[in-house]
Amino acid sequence: MTAAERVRQAVTIARKDVLLEWRGRARINAIAFFGVTTLLMFSFAIGPDARTATLYAGAFLWLGLLLSSVLALAESFRVEAENDAVEGLRLLPVDALAMFLGKAVVNAALLFVLALLLLPLAVVLYGAKLDAGVGPIAGVFALGAAGVAAPGTLYAAVTSRIQAREVLLPLLLFPLVVPVLLAAVKATGLLMLGDPMGQVGSWTQLLVGFDVVYWILGSLLFARVIEE
Amino acid sequence: MPPGPNLARSPQESAGAPAATAGVPAVEAEGLGKRYGARWALAHVDMRLAPGRSLLLLGANGSGKTTLLKLLSTAVTPTLGRIRLFGLDARRDREAARRRLALLSHGAYHYEALTARENLRFACDLTAVPDPRRAVDEALARVGLASRGDDPVRTFSAGMRKRLALARLLVQFPDLAMIDEPYGALDQSGFALVDSVVADLRAAGRTVIVSTHLAERGARLCDEAVVLAGGRVHWRGPAREAPGVFQALGAFE
Repeated sequence: MTAAERVRQAVTIARKDVLLEWRGRARINAIAFFGVTTLLMFSFAIGPDARTATLYAGAFLWLGLLLSSVLALAESFRVEAENDAVEGLRLLPVDALAMFLGKAVVNAALLFVLALLLLPLAVVLYGAKLDAGVGPIAGVFALGAAGVAAPGTLYAAVTSRIQAREVLLPLLLFPLVVPVLLAAVKATGLLMLGDPMGQVGSWTQLLVGFDVVYWILGSLLFARVIEE
Repeated sequence: MPPGPNLARSPQESAGAPAATAGVPAVEAEGLGKRYGARWALAHVDMRLAPGRSLLLLGANGSGKTTLLKLLSTAVTPTLGRIRLFGLDARRDREAARRRLALLSHGAYHYEALTARENLRFACDLTAVPDPRRAVDEALARVGLASRGDDPVRTFSAGMRKRLALARLLVQFPDLAMIDEPYGALDQSGFALVDSVVADLRAAGRTVIVSTHLAERGARLCDEAVVLAGGRVHWRGPAREAPGVFQALGAFE
């Protein structure tokens, strides 16, 4: 299969996933509700201590995103399991790499959109500061979302045929994305609280490094996962 | 009935039989076996089908018909044995083999939230069907879903879903078509539709494997037959003799 064919298939799959999402809006509604609820719960747990809330705003935001991501990732393969659609894709034949890229890009985009939706809530609830500008924070969101989406898409495919997938997916995913989460939390926190030591660049580089590793691994392993 | 529309291929390809290397079987399986846990769903299956021929698969529930089709279509990897499709090793040259086959399965492969037209268009786009709009319109008209093309599949009855699966098969119009229980959920006009689609495939020189419980009907469609029992080949021979064998098998089972 040529690179052009592969790209065409990946775009077709991504377009289909966006269309499915647009039709039902089930995923975005569910994860937005879940994310908002999580941030509200953290806010109630901290109470009136505004300084603590501001200090850990980035961490709370990313925890909300991570917990919501499980719903989003699992749903991305539930639609493929329905009517054996994933088998239909394999037999067309759709290239496994194209399938991975198409689905992982949409999952990353969905998490990125959720992060942007939760950001104003973090400002209101935790007093998160946007002095560094929304652009750099959105950049960290994009890198973090990509770092969760790549292994998340792979594991969502692994667990899609298992009955206890809701339990297994976070068990497999969370330990793997700890480095991404740490880097994203640190980078977001530094951008919100100020970065006198100029550390954001290092954390961002770490984030980029893990993104590259996860996307390469996901691309290589997906074919083994998707074939029965 | 006109020859198959071959919507997925160029007019030149549509006009004649698919390219086949002389003497190379369309399907060749040796020592095929599939185990699920401790149970062998299929064992010791050898088969050979020449290009352009049609095969009827008969067998009671659980006899291994669907497993055999899943193996031959490369949807499932065999535990034992080897499959070659048009000379291509089904494991090593899987992608090339898949480009020449299509499976109409129980799963139907539809996305519930998409319309019938969107589902077919999606398959067309993934396989680079030329003039996909026309191909989809023709396929929908052929299976009697032209007026429901813009409705989501989740609103479809079981019979309409089966018709949509047939439309997908028509859009693909593969060199090797494997059709599992095509008559299920269909009405009488649907039965005739299945027969005509299989006839079109055969007229265009395609190789067809049909699995059904309707032995007499299937025998009229096919050249050869295999009767499976307990995951093994019980009998093989001309399709016209298969219903009698199947009936006798049912009697002692």
